[in-house]
Amino acid sequence: MSAELTATRGARLANWNVAIIAITVIVLIVAAATVDSFGTSRNFGFLVLDLLPIALVALPMTLVIVTGEIDLSVASTLGLSSAVMGYLWNANQPIETIIPVCLLLGAVLGAVNGFFVTVLGLPSLAVTIGTFALYRGLAFVVLGDGAVADFPALYTDWVTGTIGGTAIPNVLIIIVVLAVVFGVILHATPVGRAVFAVGASEQAARFAGIRPGRLKFWLYVASGLVAGLAGVLWTLRYSSARADNGAGLELAVVAAVLLGGVSIFGGKGALPGVIAGVVLLGSLQNALRLSDVSNEALNVVTGVLLIVSVLAPNLARSVLQRRRT
Amino acid sequence: MSQRKSLAALAVVALALTACGGGTTKSDTAGENTAAPASTAGKADPNAPLKEGLKIAYLPKQLNNPYTDVEVGGGKVAVGEIKGEYKLVGPNDASASSQVSYINTLIQQQQDVIVVAANDPNAVCPSLNQARKAGIKVVTFDSDASKACRDAFINQATTQGIGESLVKMASELAGGSGEIAILSATPNATNQNSWIKVMQTELAKPENAKLKLVKIAYGNDDDQKSFTEAQGLLQSYPNLKVIVSPTTVGIAAASRYVSASSYKGKVAITGLGLPNQMRQYVKDGTVKKFALWNPADIGYLAAFAGAALSSGQITGAEGEKFKAGKLGEYTVGADGEIVLGPPTEFTATNIDDFNF
Repeated sequence: MSAELTATRGARLANWNVAIIAITVIVLIVAAATVDSFGTSRNFGFLVLDLLPIALVALPMTLVIVTGEIDLSVASTLGLSSAVMGYLWNANQPIETIIPVCLLLGAVLGAVNGFFVTVLGLPSLAVTIGTFALYRGLAFVVLGDGAVADFPALYTDWVTGTIGGTAIPNVLIIIVVLAVVFGVILHATPVGRAVFAVGASEQAARFAGIRPGRLKFWLYVASGLVAGLAGVLWTLRYSSARADNGAGLELAVVAAVLLGGVSIFGGKGALPGVIAGVVLLGSLQNALRLSDVSNEALNVVTGVLLIVSVLAPNLARSVLQRRRT
Repeated sequence: MSQRKSLAALAVVALALTACGGGTTKSDTAGENTAAPASTAGKADPNAPLKEGLKIAYLPKQLNNPYTDVEVGGGKVAVGEIKGEYKLVGPNDASASSQVSYINTLIQQQQDVIVVAANDPNAVCPSLNQARKAGIKVVTFDSDASKACRDAFINQATTQGIGESLVKMASELAGGSGEIAILSATPNATNQNSWIKVMQTELAKPENAKLKLVKIAYGNDDDQKSFTEAQGLLQSYPNLKVIVSPTTVGIAAASRYVSASSYKGKVAITGLGLPNQMRQYVKDGTVKKFALWNPADIGYLAAFAGAALSSGQITGAEGEKFKAGKLGEYTVGADGEIVLGPPTEFTATNIDDFNF
């Protein structure tokens, strides 16, 4: 890879990141100016809570997708974590034990994915579609069709509450801390460089002394762990542990990650863009809903946005290439 | 390996963020959540004039459900009669969490009344209480939310009355003895489960000793799933005499399956259904009788209850009275329940009198 090529690639990536962040900022400004009560502090709180699970799960998902793999089992992991949380709570276990157990469970479920993908070398799409069904099924085995609701107010209030007298939701702390952790790992550590290297060319990465299997395994563990955490927070936010919690979330997460400029083929992407993607999708839906746009139209807008986001960088590249030749 | 260290560090951070404090278990906090906040302070003034221009929003379990359409249609009529602003919002899936975003949106839009059918009695609670803090009156219909987070509940008929009437119809159709099965909606639908509970109590009585409930199947209020479940019931229980489906989606799907199968005439379908959906099965003999209240009246009554709450005529306390347009006067029952009235039975002789 020549220095020149790296430079143009870097520039293009930076461009898309800047573009998506700019689009997000514009959407936020336009929404605040035109949509009644979009820009209120209360709506900010609602928006953050709605974004919470997508934002969290999108962080490790970004790293997984940059390595050229995918994890479609995250929403089912979330559901199983929620179901186990309800089951243990009903079994009169202390919540302070249940929460770490659910996180550990998430990590183990991620490790199972990692084992199939890296040790057995199976395609991650197939593996995680399999565990997508398996984990959701297990969630129903654990909790059945019932719901557990009586979680302690101390915890549920914390998740839905704000910091002191400010309008900043408590859960934003978790999002920011994890975003910084994942951002630093991806963009400022050898691990992050290894993630990009594996995504660009696994063989080349191996020659450079990186062990792609081990790296991917731990990324799946991280993905499961964060999904487990998202399951706990989801349960506390809605005060409702159910086996069907978070169903369909994996598509929203993958959508946000791709919208954030991460290449589905791996090797390219940046975390700030992904966060912008999450905020863009969430605030657009929030603003449209406040404007009484119907759910069907909302889905159409989201779909179009996704296609445009995948199309735009490719179009830009082909235009650039044509100009060069 | 540094990557392992980073990930381990991450795990510790995540753990530390959530795990804090000493052991809190279910039994420690029992009763904590049942305390209802008395948010509706103030006294009812039965003579207060009904406010005009009230913004009344309907949030059903999901949109594009024919039964729900009739209910909210009745609501629209009533909102028109009291010169209010009608709004209808809702998710396309009947999931518990998707309603919360809509409640939040309605709070932001400063509605006066939210009329909601809860997909999960607890998941919607924090948002509904936020709405009430913001001065919005919350009326539930169809499927109640926890008592602690709504002002009034429009009960289409007493749970007892519906359960009894379902067992009565099943017994008549089975000729007093034999196997029956229930085809319900989702397993955690509040209304379905409370009716089924009454049915089970009724079936345990000596006069119904010869009726045997062999299975409760769940069609999730999804046409195809209900159809498949009905098929499964008939295959698994060859001696089945009656399928009771207390959901409009379920009864229509079961009737459609039976009317085109060899079971037609041998297995009776009954339950709660919409006359327009059931008309052809009643006419072709698949269904002898089924029951329902008039769903349009539920939405209608909800609008008047919401307006009465918002105008200060009632507070949701037992014994308060208010007028609900063409339906006449209603009295608030225990726990803020307002009962619409007894269900109507539909048969080949009267079905053409109803169009909904």
